[in-house]
Amino acid sequence: MSGFAYRRRKTVSTVVLGLCASSAFVAVGVLALILGFVLVNGINSLNLDFFTHMPTPLGEPGGGVANSIVGSLLIVGLAALVGIPAGVGAGVFLSEYAGPRLGNVIRFTADVLTGVPSIVVGVFVYSMVVLKMGHFSALAAGIALAIIMLPIMARSSEEMLKLVPRSQREAALALGITRWRTILSVIIPAARRGLVTGGLLAVARAGGETAPLMFTALGNRFFSLSITGGPMDALPLRIWRYGIGPYSEWHQQAWAASFVLVMMVFAISLTARLVLTRR
Amino acid sequence: MKTDSQIRPGAPTMSYEMRVESEPQATVSEAEALSEGVVVRDLNAWYGSFQALREVSLLVAPRRITAIIGPSGCGKSTLIRCFNRMHEVTPRARVSGQVLLRGEDVYAPGTDSVLVRQRVGMVFQKPNPFPTMSIFDNVAAGLRLNGFLVRRSQVAEAVERSLRQAALWEEVKDKPNRPATELSGGQQQRLCIARALAVEPEVILMDEPCSALDPVATLKIEDLMRELAREYTIVIVTHNMQQAARVSDHTAVMMMAEDRAGEMIEFGPTREVFTYPKDKRTEDYITGRFG
Amino acid sequence: MPRTALERQLAEIQEDMLVLASMVESAIERGIQALRNRDRELAHQIIADDLKINRKRYETEEKCLELMATQQPLASDLRTIVAVLYIIVDLERMGDHAEGIAKIALMLADEPPLKPYIDIPRMAQVAIGMLMGSLEAFKARDADRARSICDADDEVDALYDQVDRELLTFMLQDPRTIQRATYLIWVAHNLERIADRATNICERVVYLVEGKTEELNVSKY
Repeated sequence: MSGFAYRRRKTVSTVVLGLCASSAFVAVGVLALILGFVLVNGINSLNLDFFTHMPTPLGEPGGGVANSIVGSLLIVGLAALVGIPAGVGAGVFLSEYAGPRLGNVIRFTADVLTGVPSIVVGVFVYSMVVLKMGHFSALAAGIALAIIMLPIMARSSEEMLKLVPRSQREAALALGITRWRTILSVIIPAARRGLVTGGLLAVARAGGETAPLMFTALGNRFFSLSITGGPMDALPLRIWRYGIGPYSEWHQQAWAASFVLVMMVFAISLTARLVLTRR
Repeated sequence: MKTDSQIRPGAPTMSYEMRVESEPQATVSEAEALSEGVVVRDLNAWYGSFQALREVSLLVAPRRITAIIGPSGCGKSTLIRCFNRMHEVTPRARVSGQVLLRGEDVYAPGTDSVLVRQRVGMVFQKPNPFPTMSIFDNVAAGLRLNGFLVRRSQVAEAVERSLRQAALWEEVKDKPNRPATELSGGQQQRLCIARALAVEPEVILMDEPCSALDPVATLKIEDLMRELAREYTIVIVTHNMQQAARVSDHTAVMMMAEDRAGEMIEFGPTREVFTYPKDKRTEDYITGRFG
Repeated sequence: MPRTALERQLAEIQEDMLVLASMVESAIERGIQALRNRDRELAHQIIADDLKINRKRYETEEKCLELMATQQPLASDLRTIVAVLYIIVDLERMGDHAEGIAKIALMLADEPPLKPYIDIPRMAQVAIGMLMGSLEAFKARDADRARSICDADDEVDALYDQVDRELLTFMLQDPRTIQRATYLIWVAHNLERIADRATNICERVVYLVEGKTEELNVSKY
């Protein structure tokens, strides 16, 4: 064992380890930086009013982003209502029914769809829905976000369903249970943890999308619960409006709204992780 | 045979023929297998272009235990999976020939494979209870998910009956709602047996049911098999020859041909197959001289 | 190499059985010799050697049991071991009969012989021939040969009748010969039993080769 070779190997090993560690630090550090920035800058505006009041007229201090929060929840809820079942359904088809060639085609399509810029999805829905309806709406926004959620949901559902061991399917089929019943009552329940996680993550992803919302929901200074009646506000939109506006209160509220948005996404991701590991 | 207890020479001696008596496990009669058991005729099975079984014919006597033995890869599992049409679940798998269940070909055009599987139950090598369901729900799964029974009282009755038949009732009666995964390996396998019994099949297939279990659990399951054989026709695949010898009434021996297709080389009462096999390949396999 | 231990152990018990057979053969031969030559010492030797025969039989039996327990033999292996187990019983009993002859030789050693011994040695010769022949058939796994050996039992039975009649005549003619004659009849009886035991061995050989249990040498009576 030559001493020189050994020492050189050790050195190379240490250097590489150092590079990896610093990369990790950078990654984590950036996230911490963002969170810190958002928190520090927005903490002042965070009060009860922030969560319960509407935006005040131009120039007036105070007010909140209640309508944005409600709007975000509504839009994302709508998207989830459509996107998650459709996504799980597609996942079921891919995992249980599709032959290898058809499956590959669908998977490829889904992957491509995932890569489509969200603004393009927004434009698409704009021309398909908004123009036809004649006005912006939460429905259009929901559809756009559903389109974004769909391929993510489909792929993750397929993976989760595939994790259920084949022996389960065989056991059920051997009892004389039909295919669809097996999927519904045995496979999906067995995969439910993974499916829930996938759904939560898809929701977290969609909840933060901004570009599609610009083309479909537009934003609204006033409170609205109407799905098809007109423009709807959402947190990302509010952040954008306030962020590029001239007033410093607006900027502050933008930071606070950012903080809220990040926290919401974070909470969903955390829940997803807990669901996956705990139960 | 003359022994010392023979009387003085000169006295009349008895002459007698001593032949091996015909045992309860005598050769299977085709008529019996046709009317109440299973008859396999010229069965071939493929996975894609690979032939896994070639011209297999077999008689399974009703209410007896038939063992199928043979070296790895000779097609034993493929064979029994053809009995309940599970073979075709594998993509690109196909079959030719007949499998007659009480005289009806399960592969006749228009036959519903789901119905076949309700008449022919199966227990797998590795116990596979549904992990998201309780013990009770597992046993009831076949009844509920097939829409057979819905009323709670009927289901409960059926579950108890099946668990008793599977010799598991006493061990789980106080905790039927516990997850099935809490049971030991041997108990889980008996649970799977109870689950199969709940659907009231005619034939029970067992694919190496004890290979994942410890010796004590294995013997319990063998005892259970003998009990069940009073009412059900049982076919067991095993690579454990002593088990086949202990448990079965008839034994079928399979071998892999040169092209790796599985063939049936011998079939007869277990007693004969294990003490005086007719085919040399069987002899070699049984005595362990085979490869 | 599959089952080398089993093969070795199987070979061993069969070897032991053959050794036992030759021990018995020797005992029979020497027994007749002791009778002819009125050899007390030889007779004592044979009686002492019977202990060795018994011990050999039990040793072999132990090995068979151990083999069955540890190797779970099946099919022809199983039949072989079962055949050996039964054959060594017959061999050991034959040894007892040979010992019986030696004891009679002792008892007759002091008296002059009743008549020249012709039929009795002939019986012994045939019986020994049957014994060794049956074991040859075992080694060769030849069922037909085993069957044909049993035919010789008729010859032994015929010789026995002859000896019986002849000695009976002696006893009727001269009451002083009764004791010696009776002893000689017993010798012949022992030899006849030895021959019967040899047919048992042949039956075992048939069982081993063909898997059937068959009564060979059905008596003509």
